[in-house]
Amino acid sequence: MSLNKDQIAQRIAREVQDGQYVNLGIGIPTLVANYIPEGIDVEFQSENGILGMGPFPFEGEEDADLINAGKQTVTLEKGAVIFDSATSFAMIRGQHVQLTILGAMEVSENGDIANWKIPGKMVKGMGGAMDLVASADNIIVAMMHANKRGESKLLKECSLPLTGVACVKKVVSNLAVLEIAEGGGFRLLERAPGVSVEEIRNATEGKLIVEGEIPEMQF
Amino acid sequence: MAMNKKVADAVEALSGVHDGMTFMLGGFGLCGIPENSIAELVRLGIKDVTCISNNAGVDDFGLGLLLQNRQIKKMISSYVGENDEFERQMLSGELEVDLIPQGSLAERCRAGGAGIPAFFTPAGYGTEIAEGKETRVFNGKPHILESALTAEFAFVKAWKGDTAGNLIYKHTARNFNPMMAMAGKITVAEVEELVPLGELDPNMIHTPGIFVQRIFQGVNYEKRIEQRTVKARA
Repeated sequence: MSLNKDQIAQRIAREVQDGQYVNLGIGIPTLVANYIPEGIDVEFQSENGILGMGPFPFEGEEDADLINAGKQTVTLEKGAVIFDSATSFAMIRGQHVQLTILGAMEVSENGDIANWKIPGKMVKGMGGAMDLVASADNIIVAMMHANKRGESKLLKECSLPLTGVACVKKVVSNLAVLEIAEGGGFRLLERAPGVSVEEIRNATEGKLIVEGEIPEMQF
Repeated sequence: MAMNKKVADAVEALSGVHDGMTFMLGGFGLCGIPENSIAELVRLGIKDVTCISNNAGVDDFGLGLLLQNRQIKKMISSYVGENDEFERQMLSGELEVDLIPQGSLAERCRAGGAGIPAFFTPAGYGTEIAEGKETRVFNGKPHILESALTAEFAFVKAWKGDTAGNLIYKHTARNFNPMMAMAGKITVAEVEELVPLGELDPNMIHTPGIFVQRIFQGVNYEKRIEQRTVKARA
């Protein structure tokens, strides 16, 4: 059975290491904050100017002056800090933020990512995504394996305008956990419960590397 | 004695703006936007302006109000996804748009205010953003050259300010305001609370008054929330 969005977030949460500063993108990545295991201390950075971002506020306690990069009302953890946008991207570009988790429309087998524009159709802009993917040491993409038309989003080459080149390290989809292999290709690391290697191969347009037995994800 | 930069209201603060000018407007989404200055720009009805702002508001608030009136010729932004009218004007070619990475936008404003004409950044290398830009490799990693941005007027919004133009922002309403304050030839600050000299703690000031030319007490802040998200009480 393929994973739902919360399960994708739950699986990605295991990639987060103690002591890391982490930037979470809009959508599934935002859910990762709900699944950080006990005993792992991390601080979430929001590129509009928060380090130490907390959960959504209780109703009646929301503050128009306190939002995340998705423009949602949020709270601050103890020890949080607020800063301007230039300082925020100094943290990102300067690689002080170690892990970036974001969504994508397409990922290619060499780690290129496209997530900001469909020419002639959808033009929302890249926001902070280009700075984030050009900078962080570790970049994990959270997304569905196929788009709404059923076409694979894990490609040989991206067809949409790129956000960054050769930057994605890992993809966690509703079907699998895959890493970008040295020299190109999606190396299959884990399968979603009940999903076969064959199903993943059929859903992956780019080169799929399968070595030995592929374990199922455990929840 | 510090200079007195206090003006009566938005009308006086915006004297001298005219058609065809380039403006910077602080804010992230609708958070920390200069509501009073935007309202005055709408009232003045000036046309063909270029706006440098991270976002373009929503259809009926923020910079969306200027878009509705067709007052904007060109937008320089990083993310415009919350505004249907913007997308429509852009795809139809009525509106000229320069989309740039958010960190590059912030740094280009900072550089403009800091006397740095250009800088290299890795953001956007290998993408269409890099087309026509000088590329250089530093420490084995390719970077692209981005130029500084300045504006004839910068409109910023702060929580507290004094008559010398010193500013303190509240929470994430800070965002682009400090860099844009630096990069405006004339920077207009509107504040929720304008206090006399000496009332702000010099250690706590975010924007030094040297970057601000005019300051006024704002009125009737709506502070609209774009995505109200709350959790249930246990």
